[in-house]
Amino acid sequence: MEKPVLNVQDLHISFSVYGGEVQAVRGVNINVNSGEAIAIVGESGSGKSVTAQAIMRLISTPPGRINKGQIWFNDKDLLALSEKEMQQVRGRDIGMIFQDPMTSLNPTMTIGMQIMEGIMKHKGLSKDKAKERAIELLNLVGIPNAESRMKQYPHQFSGGMRQRVVIAIALACDPNLIIADEPTTALDVTIQAQILSLMKQLQKSQQTSIILITHDLGIVADLCDRVFVMYAGEVVETGTKYEIFKNPQHPYTKGLLRSLPRLDQSKDEPLIPIFGSPPDLIAPPAGCSFCSRCQDAMNICATEAPETTTISSTQTVRCWLQQAKLEGVQSPAEEGVNV
Amino acid sequence: MNLKVANDDAFIQVNNLSKFFSVGNGRVLKAVNDISFTIKKGETLGLVGESGCGKSTAGRTITRLYEPSTGSVMIDGVNITSLSRRRLKDYRRKMQMIFQDPYASLNPRLTVEDIVGEALDIHKLVSNKLERRRKVVELLELVGLNEEHLTRHPHEFSGGQRQRIGITRALAVQPEFIVCDEPISALDVSIQAQIVNILIDLQKKFGLTYLFVAHDLSIVKYMSDRVAVMYLGKIVEYAKSEDLYSNPQHPYTKALLSSIPIPDPELEENKNRIVLTGDLPSPINTPSGCAFRTRCPYAMEKCKLEVPVTKEVKQEHFVACHLTD
Repeated sequence: MEKPVLNVQDLHISFSVYGGEVQAVRGVNINVNSGEAIAIVGESGSGKSVTAQAIMRLISTPPGRINKGQIWFNDKDLLALSEKEMQQVRGRDIGMIFQDPMTSLNPTMTIGMQIMEGIMKHKGLSKDKAKERAIELLNLVGIPNAESRMKQYPHQFSGGMRQRVVIAIALACDPNLIIADEPTTALDVTIQAQILSLMKQLQKSQQTSIILITHDLGIVADLCDRVFVMYAGEVVETGTKYEIFKNPQHPYTKGLLRSLPRLDQSKDEPLIPIFGSPPDLIAPPAGCSFCSRCQDAMNICATEAPETTTISSTQTVRCWLQQAKLEGVQSPAEEGVNV
Repeated sequence: MNLKVANDDAFIQVNNLSKFFSVGNGRVLKAVNDISFTIKKGETLGLVGESGCGKSTAGRTITRLYEPSTGSVMIDGVNITSLSRRRLKDYRRKMQMIFQDPYASLNPRLTVEDIVGEALDIHKLVSNKLERRRKVVELLELVGLNEEHLTRHPHEFSGGQRQRIGITRALAVQPEFIVCDEPISALDVSIQAQIVNILIDLQKKFGLTYLFVAHDLSIVKYMSDRVAVMYLGKIVEYAKSEDLYSNPQHPYTKALLSSIPIPDPELEENKNRIVLTGDLPSPINTPSGCAFRTRCPYAMEKCKLEVPVTKEVKQEHFVACHLTD
């Protein structure tokens, strides 16, 4: 198997808040291969954005703290780098696209300067060369009249156009990896379609790896190769997009898919929501974190956290139901318990 | 523009409604520009479109939170656009609103009991404190909350629970018509289904009529009997839900439908996506002729010169496009 570009191992992150220590990320493992697009999905508060920020070392300490784990990026452990070394990685090796195109650009700098800044710093190009490259990038992301647009400020751009600029900045130094944190959430569907088709095109032509963080399962089906489902700071299931959509194993993944209306679903067929809300991560549950909302929960689920079970060479799940099958223990349905 | 579904059973009837805002220097923003539609009693009309197309303004103008610039809104045969403020108050009981942001639409200083009870007080629906409390509890139970939530403040609730409080407040005065302005778009996927189910249950129970404003087209399809698609203040297509989704006529509707990513990898791979170029033009300076022509892949010379007239292309399927001539 080829060596992954990025390998996150056993990452633990916490934030100290008034009420105690929030265990935002609890033992996350994620790997990304070269030229591959992976998705991290989960609801707000599941730790997906925090994981992405940790990869970029953007967690401010305090209140945040990375308690344990390694982030291997092309043979370097990013967590062991000094801030100065890390600055060489940010923008050059890893690019980041933030959610809100309205606030992620500097309002007092021209668009051109914001793109050129990284190019001059990381590539050591002269101002003229950097300008050429910036115009080339604006053309690449589909901004017309690139040359005159270079001199304009962010407020002169629409939301979709700004997000293109953010993408151009992320691409400026040909990074190996792009982290896109909800890149289209703030945009309308027709603009979202433009941005997604642009990202797909770039992934193919530049062989860039992509980590896409989203809660929209439709986008995942469109853009990604593999999926990591996060819940309460843990990866509860991972697999190829076909495995996750066609053969989900974790009750949370199944629940997420069931709670979306199918296009052929009539009003008489109610949606199946996941009841309850996620656990408080100041005092994470001792057992499985999904236990309190799970309709198939067994006694063991409340007391012991499940191990990772391998379903196929690409799919793994953390759920006692799967482990029970492997070890010949009866599932609640088989025991005749009402579920 | 004439989009009337057999008039006799129309509960809500919007006729040539417009809402213009003056934005200084004599410039006018035409947020809602001559829209007409009807909603039958107990039905849901979905109103969809991109941000800035005027769908929320339409919802607010229909409930007279904004005064309409021209046109009229009839509820149950009464023209509410010409009512005096005092008479309008009685009609406010018939129409309520559920807002998008469950964090901003509840007063943070009030308890749940007061948030819901306020509506009861204003319309003098209860005579004493005890009755008021009993009524509030009764309402909370309809949306799956209970007595113990009475004394809590909004910050003690999750987003989904807050949206339920917003729904309870709307229900308190026993309305017949509710405008739901993006009621689920601020919620997590796993919570959205809870709210949608509550809205559908309540509709069945009380025979409510909904105007469901949203940009999530799969939820709109699921919720609505009819759907109207808006672009730059105009309704470009209006039809029964199944017809609109299976047989869209307007190029904008087609692009919009093909842009929604479907959570199914196989369907997604075989889909023929129409990617529109460009952005929504400014509603202050709209293009001449058809407003969509600047982004339309089929735009012709005629589209520049003439505003397309809304035509019934099939029974109860209305389109405003020169291509359907």
